[in-house]
Amino acid sequence: MHNLINLTIDGNEVTVSEGTTILQAAESLGIDIPTICYHEACSANALCRMCVVEVEGWRVLAASCVVQVSPGMVVFTNSPRVIHSRRTILEMLAASVDLSEAPAIQAMIVQHSASLDRFPESVRRDPPLIDDNPMYVRDYAKCVLCWRCVQVCADDAQYTYAINLSGRGFETLVGTFYEKSIPQTTCVFCGQCIGVCPTNALKPKREWLMENGQSIEEIVKVTRSGSRQSKAV
Amino acid sequence: MLTPDRFVSTTCPYCGVGCALELHLKKDFIYKVTSPFDSVVNQGNLCVKGRFGYDFIYHPKRITAPLIRKSPQFPGTRSQAFDLQEWLQVSWDEALDYTADRLVEIYSRDGSNAMAAFLCAKATNEDNYLLQKLFRTLFRTNNIDHCTRLCHAGSVVALQQAIGSSAMSNTAAEVIFNDVFIVTGSNTTENHPIIALQMKAAIERHSAKMIVIDPRRLELVDFAELWLPLKPGTNVPVFSAMARVIIDEELVNESFIRDRTEGYPEYIRSLEKFTPEFAEAVSGVDRELIRKAARLYAQAERGAIYWGMGISQLSHGTASALAVIHLAFLTGHIGRLGTGLNPLRGQNNVQGASDMGSMPFHFPGYMRVDEPSNAEKWEETWHIERGGLNRNLGLTTTEIISKAHPGGVRALYIMGENPMMSEPNLNMTREHMRQLEFLVAQDLFINESGAFADVFLPATSWAEKDGTFTNTDRRVQRVRQALLPRGQSRPDWKIIIDLAQRIELRLGIENSRRWEYHHPAEILVEVGSVVPDYAGVTYQRIEKTGLQTPVWNELHPGTPFLFEDSFPRGKGKFHPLEFIPAVELPDNEYPFILSTGRVLEHWHGGTMTRHSQLDVLYPEAEMAIHPVDAEMVGVQDGNAARVISRRGKIVLRAKVTERTMPGVVFISFHFAEAAANLLTIDALDPQARIPEYKVCAVQVFPARMEDLPNPGTTMMRGRR
Repeated sequence: MHNLINLTIDGNEVTVSEGTTILQAAESLGIDIPTICYHEACSANALCRMCVVEVEGWRVLAASCVVQVSPGMVVFTNSPRVIHSRRTILEMLAASVDLSEAPAIQAMIVQHSASLDRFPESVRRDPPLIDDNPMYVRDYAKCVLCWRCVQVCADDAQYTYAINLSGRGFETLVGTFYEKSIPQTTCVFCGQCIGVCPTNALKPKREWLMENGQSIEEIVKVTRSGSRQSKAV
Repeated sequence: MLTPDRFVSTTCPYCGVGCALELHLKKDFIYKVTSPFDSVVNQGNLCVKGRFGYDFIYHPKRITAPLIRKSPQFPGTRSQAFDLQEWLQVSWDEALDYTADRLVEIYSRDGSNAMAAFLCAKATNEDNYLLQKLFRTLFRTNNIDHCTRLCHAGSVVALQQAIGSSAMSNTAAEVIFNDVFIVTGSNTTENHPIIALQMKAAIERHSAKMIVIDPRRLELVDFAELWLPLKPGTNVPVFSAMARVIIDEELVNESFIRDRTEGYPEYIRSLEKFTPEFAEAVSGVDRELIRKAARLYAQAERGAIYWGMGISQLSHGTASALAVIHLAFLTGHIGRLGTGLNPLRGQNNVQGASDMGSMPFHFPGYMRVDEPSNAEKWEETWHIERGGLNRNLGLTTTEIISKAHPGGVRALYIMGENPMMSEPNLNMTREHMRQLEFLVAQDLFINESGAFADVFLPATSWAEKDGTFTNTDRRVQRVRQALLPRGQSRPDWKIIIDLAQRIELRLGIENSRRWEYHHPAEILVEVGSVVPDYAGVTYQRIEKTGLQTPVWNELHPGTPFLFEDSFPRGKGKFHPLEFIPAVELPDNEYPFILSTGRVLEHWHGGTMTRHSQLDVLYPEAEMAIHPVDAEMVGVQDGNAARVISRRGKIVLRAKVTERTMPGVVFISFHFAEAAANLLTIDALDPQARIPEYKVCAVQVFPARMEDLPNPGTTMMRGRR
């Protein structure tokens, strides 16, 4: 039996069991805290900081996806400090990443009145699209480094460890070890990574070809070698 | 960025796990597949086949119009026609009339024993139920079987004998509640990929311990506490020695044995010879490993066993499965959450096809055909005169093929199976197939078996029809139509109804209401009206989440794990066992053991996956051979090898790897151009009639690269 903990979120009192995160506690009240890197099927890592909230008496904002509730905590999910922080995160993302296929993040930009040209001098991360295998393409210009793909490839689902983060700081990208092509890694093409990608940086090759205006016949031809020779056995 | 026209929720058509799929469609094209993260079976995870392997639907070679062979085929000279030039495109009326005429002609002349059907573990419950009904009611034959015979028949017979029920006892996802579990004869990573993820999570996150008992150093071994590398075909001594250790060291669950089992004293006496030392001598597994594994499993709080074809595909497959079952009896690791005896069923609907009576000894619901009260129940349901249904056991798949000669089986109806890839000793199978007088193929493509047919009835894929599949843990799940049938193809259940009505007319039976179904949901209602396990399964109830059989009535919630209070046969029965070696063991002339199996990227005979993008990822057959053996025979990694058995020979690429043990080579059976089953032996288990796919003797030689079937085709992969 878990111990129960009382806390206040945006003026509402709530009782949850010990170990609950602030994000989950807010959810139980119907309070929606925006998130980008957080996913129900992945371990939370507090990477994107979009889910930050203000906790009374705390010097810094708390990432609600990982911070667990404590007795008597007083939480504000929408204070000016929180909104300011989220807006800045969105403005930095918009300045450096192609968010054109991330409708959820675009909605957050509108909701937080984030400015798309807050950082006019910024450089965009714009690596070329990688088409190195028969199943899916990787367009890391759209990657927000949420880390979900790396996690599901590892201990959150697949235990395959084909991809990881490479580079540092601005140069950080999701990649393979020794920059091998995907087929030469341990990848088993489960596509768990595609399933959790929030920005369409990863997509099935068929989807990508269809976007590029190819007909179904052309797509079926391109994605298949046709090597099967039915033969008299 | 594509905006889908619509999403369709359905169930994966590949393996028995039964993952939930969300198809993303635009212009009737499935461009993406995801899975809901709250899905009870797979929690949003998929494997390469479920995620990407459905483009065979759109393949240009798909047959979407009925075909009849241009040149009439005769017994003895029947040939394979892969080229469309050899077929005449006809109307559905013409194809069905022709099929009905020929079937009725043969039935009227030669009777029930001349008729046979291969049903299909890929098709829906409803498809299978109708085709067995057609053959049982109209042709009065029990010569009905499907590929369960080739995969888990040994397990099914053993479980029936010991327990009285042959399904997985527990839910696959319960593996996280095991504290110790045994995986044996199953390369779960490749054949039940999502269950393997749950096994790994059980170990990494829930502190479970896994014992792998398998000749191959499987990927799962990387996560195992113990690995017992036994020689193929030595399950009985290894598991019996474990049993003996459990008894000798007084680790048995005495109250369970006393209250829930029978035959224990005789069983103990039969274990006399199965010392760990004896088991080591025949299996090659260190006696201490056997002792450790026995202790670990017996001392578990919640132990479970998961097994695959390595247990059942032997000429003593039944004994081998019984040896496994005994461990659960001795320790009481059954009948509770997170325990159990779990044969991992291969096909998406092999459990369902078996439940639907697609077998020669059973009506739907495992009701023996030779038990008059069962037959009477079905006679009433199907409006057959009392005594009208055949009460004799029918022929199994391998027997149907081997009896395809004058005086035996003359007409064979194949729905979605490919015996010319999946039967053992294909050179012999081919000779039998040629002897048929009439062959119907109902499929998506002209595969190696359909090429022998007189008439080809183009069926739809799973994405073009409604129905249900029952997965490996007995969960009945919805299959939903996402697309209109391609071309003129039709759902199997509709083809069968059309044909049944035509046959009734020709037999002079009045066209009755019993072949009028407007939707598969009505067919499932008919099943549930007689089969108690399905009594409470309706389409409305499984709209969102499937129900696990048995579902006794409309309010019953389903059964996540079985045998809590008793076994269907009453008490669990111990069976004294003997060690009978495989029929064909290696000798000086044929020095290697060949074991066959599957790979992650392909599916069985390849009708689906080899017409898919998956074939690019894994384009050619490989033989796994240990470095020691490779050096001895002079075969190099990546080079061509010739493999010869007493029955056939193939050339394929060698993969030199320590994943197989010295003395054993492994070849998958997916590739027609290097068909492993040309080599395998057609020795059968005497009770289950399952062939011995896991052991035969072969020679291995280097071959020239130009002798490879597709010398230019290769894919460098890093996956282990």
